[in-house]
Amino acid sequence: MKEPSPTQRGAAAEELAVETHGLVKRFGQRAAVDGIDLAVPRGAVFGFLGPNGSGKTTTIRVLLGLASATSGDVRVLDQSMPAALASVLPDVGALVEGPGFYPFLTGPGNLMRLDSADRHALPATRRQRVADALDRVGLTHAAGKKVRAYSLGMKQRLGLANALLRPRELLVLDEPTNGLDPQGTREVRSLVRSLAAGGTTVFVSSHLLAEVEQMCTHVGVMSAGRLVAQGPLAELRSAGQRQVVVETPDAERANGVLARLGLVPAATPDGERPIEARAVMNGGLAGPAPEVIVAALVADGVRVRGFAVEDASLEDRFVSLTGEGFDVVG
Amino acid sequence: MSADTSKPLAPGVRPAVGWSLLGSELSVLFRRLRTWAMLLALAAVPILIAVAVKLSSRPVAPGRGPLFLDRITQNGLFVAVTALVVCVPLFLPLTIGVVAGDTIAGEANMGTLRYLLLAPAGRVRLLLVKYAGAVAFCFAATVTVAASGALVGVVLFPVGPVTLLSGDTIGVGESMLRSLVIAGYITVSLLGLSAIGLLISTFTDVPVGAMAATIVLSVVSQVLDNLPQLDWLHPWLFSHHWLGFADLLRQPIDWTSFGANALLQAGYIAVCGTLAYAKFSNKDILS
Ligand SMILES: Nc1ncnc2c1ncn2[C@@H]1O[C@H](COP(=O)(O)OP(=O)(O)O)[C@@H](O)[C@H]1O
Ligand SMILES: [Mg+2]
Repeated sequence: MKEPSPTQRGAAAEELAVETHGLVKRFGQRAAVDGIDLAVPRGAVFGFLGPNGSGKTTTIRVLLGLASATSGDVRVLDQSMPAALASVLPDVGALVEGPGFYPFLTGPGNLMRLDSADRHALPATRRQRVADALDRVGLTHAAGKKVRAYSLGMKQRLGLANALLRPRELLVLDEPTNGLDPQGTREVRSLVRSLAAGGTTVFVSSHLLAEVEQMCTHVGVMSAGRLVAQGPLAELRSAGQRQVVVETPDAERANGVLARLGLVPAATPDGERPIEARAVMNGGLAGPAPEVIVAALVADGVRVRGFAVEDASLEDRFVSLTGEGFDVVG
Repeated sequence: MSADTSKPLAPGVRPAVGWSLLGSELSVLFRRLRTWAMLLALAAVPILIAVAVKLSSRPVAPGRGPLFLDRITQNGLFVAVTALVVCVPLFLPLTIGVVAGDTIAGEANMGTLRYLLLAPAGRVRLLLVKYAGAVAFCFAATVTVAASGALVGVVLFPVGPVTLLSGDTIGVGESMLRSLVIAGYITVSLLGLSAIGLLISTFTDVPVGAMAATIVLSVVSQVLDNLPQLDWLHPWLFSHHWLGFADLLRQPIDWTSFGANALLQAGYIAVCGTLAYAKFSNKDILS
């Protein structure tokens, strides 16, 4: 995983590749994006995580000037959007809401077409750049086929190739691994890492926690149109609360003792052992030591059969942030 | 995955005007199977007419059937003009409706619109290029009918000097030129309809809907043009001058109707173009 370079970390005001303030996008009455303040540092691999329907694609559309914001400010690569769209977009490669191609053209034919729409792209190098981009995503073998005959995974790769037609400062990839097999997913991950190593900022959306965990340095969590958490991945991980888990038939009494010690009782996950008391340790490591807790439990006559202090997994953290699993929200 | 060998654009290099996109638009349009199918269908119209006239034993009575049909047997050069007359009310608007209605809605439907705009193509530039493509198709369509007509006429019928509506006679070369001028007139006639198709296309992501609406409007306009109660409206209908190219078959050529037609079409282009710009320049691209 790529760590931010020391200079970036040390900079007083972190340079941002993407920045929004109070960004709102409404469809009719309904706010698909409900006042978000994104801050994506330059050089980061920023995972934009959220369940389906949480507003990721809509945010990306607004960032790239495809849709207008209902209110709020957007800055991309230090320029105001959508005002500076014409000078910003040539430096941005994007994959938005899946690939979109002419089914009756070949893969290279499609890329030539889209590249010719970019006035900043040199026609003289077009053929070579298309070939290189296809090579990068492993599609050279399918160059002669019409896109109509491509599988979803091949189209997704072609979409990535389109984003890579020119060297970019920023890549915006909306669920880039959709439709890819595990092998393709791994390739995308290593592609993102190699691009990031070359200094490109990558803004990648996903509804899969594992994916974000494996390739991102930073993460922003969307839930029902709101950005509920944002920051370096490591920071978010350590912000997770520790839990005390007591295995006992006297769960109620145990809860009382834990509460007296200043712990906050937590719900036992559905379907797990009923003879269990859980509590969240406030203040992380600063809470009472485990041996103190056990002693207090035993002193009160709680039959302790098992005791553990668990770090909340990142997954628990996200479930608690989004208030739901990674299911579709209406 | 291999290393990135692409080179950045040298700093200070100004963006090109972007003729590439127009070239690409024309190449995508004219390499498309659908475009060829429509042009072939149009090319078949004069062939059908000529063959039918050739095979029928009875001579066509003067004044019966489409304009100039009765003259074909005497002079093959009339096949082209007759075919154009036959194609103007329905076949040409049908194909132009397909191309013009598809301009923006078709890209939206395929999901390519967002990638063109992210390139960035520029919304105004994309509208202009799309319209230019539709215009090119109008020209290709009329020329296809005229060329196919000229060819089949020369093959199936005697060819000789043509007697014009004014009574003057012109040679074969000159009459071919006149056919081309008429094709130009009809191309101009279709520019307003193309602009209407472009406008409708900015309102939807369903190309078939935009195509159908454009074609229906072309029929409605012609129906209204035939209702005497609405004669105040007639000069404003985009189809009003569609069949008014008889003046081009006089000696010397009378350009009045050509001018009136061009002015009317320019008006439609200006109005529909402005509305399409207003709609498309700040439309949310959610396809
Ligand atoms: N064109 C649209 N019209 C109305 N509502 C929309 C439109 N596109 C998206 N939405 C709504 O906005 C919300 C966010 O959608 P989206 O940004 O696509 O979510 P995600 O990409 O996170 O899955 C959803 O509730 C969706 O129903
Ligand atoms: Mg999405």
